[in-house]
Amino acid sequence: MRSGFSFKVLFLCILLVLLCVLALAIGPLRLSAGEILATLRGDGSDQAATVVWQIRLPRIAAALMAGAALAAAGAAYQALFRNPLVSPDILGVSAGAGLGAVLGIFLSLPVFGIQLLAFAGGMAAVALVWLVASAVRNADHTLVLVLTGVVVGALAGAMTSLLKVLADPYDQLPAITFWLLGSLASVTPEDIWPVLPAVLIGLVPLVLLGWRINVLSMGDDEARALGVETGRLRLAVIASATLATAAVTALAGVLGWVGLVIPHIARMLVGPDFTRLLPVSLLLGAGYLLAVDTLARTISGTEVPLGILTAMVGAPFFIWLLARGRRVWT
Amino acid sequence: MRLEAESLATGYGRLQVGSGISLGVGQGEILCLLGPNGCGKTTLFRTLLGLLPALSGKVRLDGDDLTSLSRNTIARRIAYVPQAHMTAFPFMVSDIVLMGRTAATGLFSRPGSKDREMAMVALERLGIADLAGRDYTTLSGGQRQLVLIARALAQQAGIIVMDEPTASLDFANQSMVLAEIAKLARQQGKHASGILLSTHDPDQAFLLDANVALMAGGGIAAGGRAAEILTGEALSRVYGIPIIVEKTPSGRSVCSTGLAG
Repeated sequence: MRSGFSFKVLFLCILLVLLCVLALAIGPLRLSAGEILATLRGDGSDQAATVVWQIRLPRIAAALMAGAALAAAGAAYQALFRNPLVSPDILGVSAGAGLGAVLGIFLSLPVFGIQLLAFAGGMAAVALVWLVASAVRNADHTLVLVLTGVVVGALAGAMTSLLKVLADPYDQLPAITFWLLGSLASVTPEDIWPVLPAVLIGLVPLVLLGWRINVLSMGDDEARALGVETGRLRLAVIASATLATAAVTALAGVLGWVGLVIPHIARMLVGPDFTRLLPVSLLLGAGYLLAVDTLARTISGTEVPLGILTAMVGAPFFIWLLARGRRVWT
Repeated sequence: MRLEAESLATGYGRLQVGSGISLGVGQGEILCLLGPNGCGKTTLFRTLLGLLPALSGKVRLDGDDLTSLSRNTIARRIAYVPQAHMTAFPFMVSDIVLMGRTAATGLFSRPGSKDREMAMVALERLGIADLAGRDYTTLSGGQRQLVLIARALAQQAGIIVMDEPTASLDFANQSMVLAEIAKLARQQGKHASGILLSTHDPDQAFLLDANVALMAGGGIAAGGRAAEILTGEALSRVYGIPIIVEKTPSGRSVCSTGLAG
């Protein structure tokens, strides 16, 4: 199962390119491969150019980024917390981002303001969790982190609910509900540029620190005895994963299950070595979210919120994975 | 390389577990830590490894105060063999052993081909090279313990601290690991390891002809050569049951207890 790593990566890359072509082609306006190529070169019809450049490409880019970032953050957190059942939400990033976005909608901010508040909310929630957990002495830091994450997540959830009650039920409440379900329907080319650097800055340390992240998954004492400064490494991993997750959540809303399920599949393909797990998780996550988002916009006349589909596809798939045997747990 | 503790007090915050502990182990020496459950052996180990701050006193590695050294430097001088455990993820045995090379690997890199060779050599030395490609989580307790010892060997530190290395091993593997420990300590010159191990079996201290620190109530009740320290009287006092030390016809010392109670 673990041999042929480069072959597997190559295969996944080809699959991803094919998926992108498919996502460019289908929709209310069907485009042939020739039309797509012509449009990308700049000599297609005006209508095709608008569809490709203004609608489909930004949306594909957003799906790729969000899937890759969530899967990478999930893989990193699973190693960090030494638990394959951990998702990127564990330290409250989604709850914080949700609260930020809902506050933005409540205050009738423009789209960019809402995204900024969502990003800030996600970062602030995790920063709060880190600070509180670091203030607790003489306890298992990882355990305190998880528990504090649950607490901060619950608090943010409660405040989100409060804002929903106070919000204008005709205008703001539908917008809030739709945002919390997650969607890429309204992504514009301008949305991509602020998110891309945040995702890249988040992913680079995870790539570079891959081997140390392996050692960290042996547990704190052992990792330190092997020469790893676990405190600093943990902070670096959490900061990186949170940056990437908060950025894509600000763009796409709350998308569950991607960060939980994808690292499992990646582990089945190439084993748990993080230096291999991460690239495969990135590719699988990007491809998975692109496939699901393409489904979301083509499956019926009205757009299905992406968060609903990631859960509806992810949850049963996860059960199937579990039923296949213990390899999934480990 | 020499690991030394000077009037060390160990514990967690306000909870003091051990006090007045002084001991030393250098390359070529074996020090066996013996004592009843809960006497503070594991807490002492964690303090000696710098994983737990000392409440008072000092730990020195080659004269350097442990608190002044980075984790990386400590890991190059002292290796830790925990009790056989399960990992959260199904790492390959060769990857687990390769983790011993982390301190010698750059922060942003992966251990290289030379490190892989060293990991293989370590596995070969313990006679488990055939496990290299296996999933660590599918191994038996004894095999996992051997893998963790191999990882410490790959670390190439002068001092190796082992927490009950024979606890999960069968009869044959126990004697194999003990023989390997003796061999490690008896290598020539600077290649010789200094080994600090805890055990519940006083016979192992006799077998290794080791130095012994007999722990009781958080302190060291007696220290010195096994043959001098481990008398029936001393063991009976520390463990609180009658223990006799006898010589076998071949001249070896062995301990035996009746059924306590």
